Amino acid sequence: MRVLLVDDEQELVETLAERLGIRGIEARWETTGDAALKRAGEEHFDLAVLDVKIPGISGIDLYKKMKAKYPGLKFIFMTGHGSHDDFTAGSAETGADYYLLKPVNIEELIDKMTRLMAE
Amino acid sequence: MNRQLDAEIETGLQFFGKMTASISHEIKNVMAIINESAGLLEDYSLMAEKGMPIDPERLKVVSDRVTNQIRRADSITKNLNSLAHSVDEFRKSVGIRETLELAMGLTERFADMRSVILDFHPPSDFLAVITSPFHLLNLIWQVLDFAIDASGAGKRVGLTFETGQTSVKIRFTGIEALTNEPSTVFPTAKEAALLDMLGATIHHNTKKGEINLVLPKDDRQQ
Repeated sequence: MRVLLVDDEQELVETLAERLGIRGIEARWETTGDAALKRAGEEHFDLAVLDVKIPGISGIDLYKKMKAKYPGLKFIFMTGHGSHDDFTAGSAETGADYYLLKPVNIEELIDKMTRLMAE
Repeated sequence: MNRQLDAEIETGLQFFGKMTASISHEIKNVMAIINESAGLLEDYSLMAEKGMPIDPERLKVVSDRVTNQIRRADSITKNLNSLAHSVDEFRKSVGIRETLELAMGLTERFADMRSVILDFHPPSDFLAVITSPFHLLNLIWQVLDFAIDASGAGKRVGLTFETGQTSVKIRFTGIEALTNEPSTVFPTAKEAALLDMLGATIHHNTKKGEINLVLPKDDRQQ
């Protein structure tokens, strides 16, 4: 499984990518929407994990752009905002069930990744 | 309660809410990084238990990361504390440099989200004004928020101040998208109410792409 992590917190995605790597999941990371779009055009990814708030573009808008360009790509959202309204709005807009709250539990993240890839 | 007072309270509460929501988001991010760093250390220890050699340099990288995040959290909570205490008194001596530093700290995340860099170049002289710290902070934040949106292709907003005989001028630079009729865009009624409350005025320099906020050194002079 190849994963693209997108979050403006570089130290977060760097560490998460290393931890996923230890568990046999190949992960790359970017900190802006533009860089993520560019990277997705250059390399194959099975899944993208996106922060809801990314510099320059919202995670939801990035999701829409990536989904249109790479229809096979699957998505998980991470958010620091844990309100019920955020979840409801985000899920309704993207149709994604996979919203994770920061701090993320890596085993939960991998479980969601595996389930998503099996769908 | 009259309508103007209601509007003032609403504006103040909205500002307070926006700042604390942003701060809570930042604290969440700090916790997320510390959480992943702790998890990575646990991964390393499990690898070591299985006999895999761990380069000490990798441990140092994680340790430095945690230290940086603690420093960051300290700065975030200092800003939160200063914001909270800005409503202790509604008329007091306020350091301009300290207020601008706090405003920059509170605005940084909003600027980052719009890929804009904030530059603060204060003069070395100490300058204080007698005013309402909370409303001054709110007004500076509103101008910065507008300036960030209007920074155009330069994506860099500068902030500094100059002192006069009876007033202080806070200069917001790099506002490339200032139109020739800025009064239709900024200040809005919200900022106009704050200006009125502080006895301050706003002046646009469209050629230079600047907004100058002029404050009396003592708001009772107005």
